[in-house]
Amino acid sequence: MPSTSYLLAVLAIAFTITLALRALPFAALRALRGSAMVRRLSVWMPVGILAILAVTALHGTMATDPHGTGYALLAVAATIGAHLAFGRRTILSVGIGTTLYVVLLNTL
Amino acid sequence: MAPPAAPRRQIADGIRDSFSAGLGIFPLGIALGLLITQAGLPWWLAPALSLAAFAGSLELLLVGMLATVTPLAAVALTVLVVNFRHVFYAFSFPLHLVKHPVAKAYAVYAMIDEVYAVNASLPEAERSARRLLALQIACETYWVGGGLIGVGLGAMLPAPIKGLEFALCALFTVLTLDAFRSRGEIPSVLLAGASVAIALVLTPDLALLTALLLFAALLLVRHALTARRPGTESADA
Repeated sequence: MPSTSYLLAVLAIAFTITLALRALPFAALRALRGSAMVRRLSVWMPVGILAILAVTALHGTMATDPHGTGYALLAVAATIGAHLAFGRRTILSVGIGTTLYVVLLNTL
Repeated sequence: MAPPAAPRRQIADGIRDSFSAGLGIFPLGIALGLLITQAGLPWWLAPALSLAAFAGSLELLLVGMLATVTPLAAVALTVLVVNFRHVFYAFSFPLHLVKHPVAKAYAVYAMIDEVYAVNASLPEAERSARRLLALQIACETYWVGGGLIGVGLGAMLPAPIKGLEFALCALFTVLTLDAFRSRGEIPSVLLAGASVAIALVLTPDLALLTALLLFAALLLVRHALTARRPGTESADA
């Protein structure tokens, strides 16, 4: 059982580094505001970052339960299909895809 | 541009935005609480960790490190590497909407993946400080609340339901579709796809960080190439 002072030290480290990583770039970018590079990156980045998050989250799911790889791919297809078919209602699409994956993984 | 929505309406919109993210965050919070109990760590660590770091994947990693009393330098390095991705969010996170200094500090502190993602898929005109902050406060409530329920359930639950973490994958997939529809940007999607493919092959354990670094590098190259042709200045966001 780790000591309380050790746990508090970890909490302080996690807080300080995480906050710094979130805050410092804003300070750095303030100096560059209005530059063509920052303006372009702010337009180009979001879609790509979202796609990267989606793929790495899928990879994480597959790595956690390797036997569910096929179910995960099927559930992604169901999520996309539901989203396009039912008028882009995020909660419904996420709910359908997740339910399908959880049911397949736990029953088959 | 439509006139801005009433304050109460903006807050309600932000809370509604949070429901889809909550589908992933809340179960993951419960999982964190269960993990902390199973590792034999004190219950208060769940809310303390969630308030101190407020970064889901990092916290799940830290539980294992804490249980084995990993040296603090290794903990610091892990935090740095796992959360380094947030550096890239600053380019397109609408912090300029938030004027009040305390609110601004909170918006930066609570800039988690899900908040960045949900916000990035919203049209520019529909964003507001209240909507953003309501989303962030709701997400943190789900996360801390889930963690408390998790430690409360402790060993009472026979076996946690497997596969709930898929909700995050489904959420990011849906948000990618939405962002792509409102902004297009086929070159960005292709560069991101190449980045993540290379990252998964080269560094499967650090795929997210490697992919974001590659993606940023490729976009800088793209910028350098387009900068030489002044006629192709892209439309502003």
